[in-house]
Amino acid sequence: MTDLSDAELIKPPRSQKRDVWDQFKSHRGAMLGAFVFITIVAVVFLGPFFWTIEATHIDIRARNQGPSWAHPFGTDQLGRDTFARMMAGGQTSISVGLAAMGLSLVLGTFVGVLAGFFRFLDGPLMRLTDLFLALPILPLLLVMMLLFREALNGAFGPETGIFILIVTAIGITSWMPTARIVRGDVLALKEREFVLSARSIGTKNSRIITRHILPNVLSPIMVSATLGIANAIITESALSFLGLGFPPDFPTWGRLLFDATDYLQQYPERVFWPGMAISLSVLSVNYLGDGLRDALDPRVRGR
Amino acid sequence: MLQFTVRRSMLAVPTLLFISLVIFLLLELAPGDPMAQVPLTVPQEVKEKMRLALGLGEPVHVRFWKWIVQFFWIEPQVLMDHIFGTTFSEGKLRVVSWQTRSPVMEIVIQRIPQTLWVVGVAYIVGILIAIPIGIYSAYRQYSVFDQAGTFISMVGYSVPPFFSGVLVIVIFSVNLGWFPSIYDTTHVVNDWASFKVQLNQMIMPVMVLALQITAQISRFMRASMLDNLNQDYVRTARAKGLGERVVVMVHVLRNSMIPVVTVIALGIPSIFGGAIITEQVFKVNGIGQLLIGAIQANDLPMVQTLTFIFAFLIVFFNLIADILYGILDPRIRYD
Repeated sequence: MTDLSDAELIKPPRSQKRDVWDQFKSHRGAMLGAFVFITIVAVVFLGPFFWTIEATHIDIRARNQGPSWAHPFGTDQLGRDTFARMMAGGQTSISVGLAAMGLSLVLGTFVGVLAGFFRFLDGPLMRLTDLFLALPILPLLLVMMLLFREALNGAFGPETGIFILIVTAIGITSWMPTARIVRGDVLALKEREFVLSARSIGTKNSRIITRHILPNVLSPIMVSATLGIANAIITESALSFLGLGFPPDFPTWGRLLFDATDYLQQYPERVFWPGMAISLSVLSVNYLGDGLRDALDPRVRGR
Repeated sequence: MLQFTVRRSMLAVPTLLFISLVIFLLLELAPGDPMAQVPLTVPQEVKEKMRLALGLGEPVHVRFWKWIVQFFWIEPQVLMDHIFGTTFSEGKLRVVSWQTRSPVMEIVIQRIPQTLWVVGVAYIVGILIAIPIGIYSAYRQYSVFDQAGTFISMVGYSVPPFFSGVLVIVIFSVNLGWFPSIYDTTHVVNDWASFKVQLNQMIMPVMVLALQITAQISRFMRASMLDNLNQDYVRTARAKGLGERVVVMVHVLRNSMIPVVTVIALGIPSIFGGAIITEQVFKVNGIGQLLIGAIQANDLPMVQTLTFIFAFLIVFFNLIADILYGILDPRIRYD
């Protein structure tokens, strides 16, 4: 009886987290994407502790300089250090991306769970989703920026006001895909046995949703979260690029790109850094989402 | 099928009405004053009268109703008059822009050809590139070509048009000097030389838009081909001795095109939206540019009409996509 090796018996079953991580590791693009995105976030948020030139510091004698040791990315027309401005801009752009993604996820999950779980809400909420999908998003965002800018500026100050406005505007115009995906998953989940057994022992609806439904729809939510960050960064930059985003002296990547296009003839290299930063973050986040989708999908993971 | 088409079209009407109401109410909150440009020397009473002349004195619901009547009843009459030479619309008030004091639709009609030229050509070019790429990368899945295609379409997704546009301007216009960076909308094509100039100035905006379109459609094409390549009917076709070319290009391709065609239809309105940025980069004088100008000048009738046109395009092409799907795929039965 004792010659069954103990190691075989004691070895714990593989956990789901471990499986997901193994699958994720095998997706090279996703690993690279995660690495690049984490690097960008780290440089942008930790960089200012090491690179102490202020983003708003004007050194008019050092204006329009090319790359040098003192200013690795050069300086702009007022002699402000481009590297410092890129980090300051990145903080805004990435914060907007994360906050808008969070808002749209909360809205989308809320609508999706309600529509999937309660049959009488399904019709009205899905019609509402269809209506929102039929709205022309970019024109409406432009109109919203124009209309509420003054009011929010007055209430919260120019920077916080615009931040709230952009995050809210992007959030309430991008929750629809999440809502649809979550609703589909909830519809399938609520017919499953574990929900039935939870109900049969008298669990309340709110508890079933938080305890049994939500953890099971987490994977599609995470995938749409990554895509949501990418979408929000691009939208914010587009608004700044059209001149309807943050105020001029407040750098974001889109704003830096917009300012650089004025000097396109003389200093074409100046558009490169902000454009590269936007594209690289979006590309890495998209690859990350791709890998997450594969890793979290048990049908792909088994192979 | 007919019943489905009619029912869906009926459903589109309240949707559109609701959207126009949302846009109208949103604009109603506008704090901007259309009288802001009027000189300060103009007395207050005169300003008040000018405000009334713009139709701002009436309550909200009256103005909304008037806009609806003007847009859905009087504008079609104007169109009919224009085509058949009748006089239905004589003396009736049209939707008038506050900026130029001329009918909004006339300005829109002037601007649409510019947008359609650039966007339409880009869309066709994008589709023509995307479909062969999609077919080949599905047929040789995980080959070098497929990997490269995946990477390029990821880049196409990720690089926003306001960067790719500026980048091609830097490369081809500033450094190489091949193409003009500004799109000249007054250019008239009447002979071979002027056609070449037109082609030259169209290349860059078309390239930028086509990259995005190619990225999306080639992905769909690849996924759809992959779904079909593993089906039983493909094995049957090969087993009865059909050539590889016929199997892929006739049997698989025709079935794979069904979802792709609907995606192409769904993408048309979003391309109009995306063209707003591209038009801004290349200074194309199209409807996107018109919208931005109108927003900055607080020209509410113009903004309202343009936004509604965008919404109408979305609803219309959604309808087209649904109907196309039913027609192309006999397995889909809506009734």
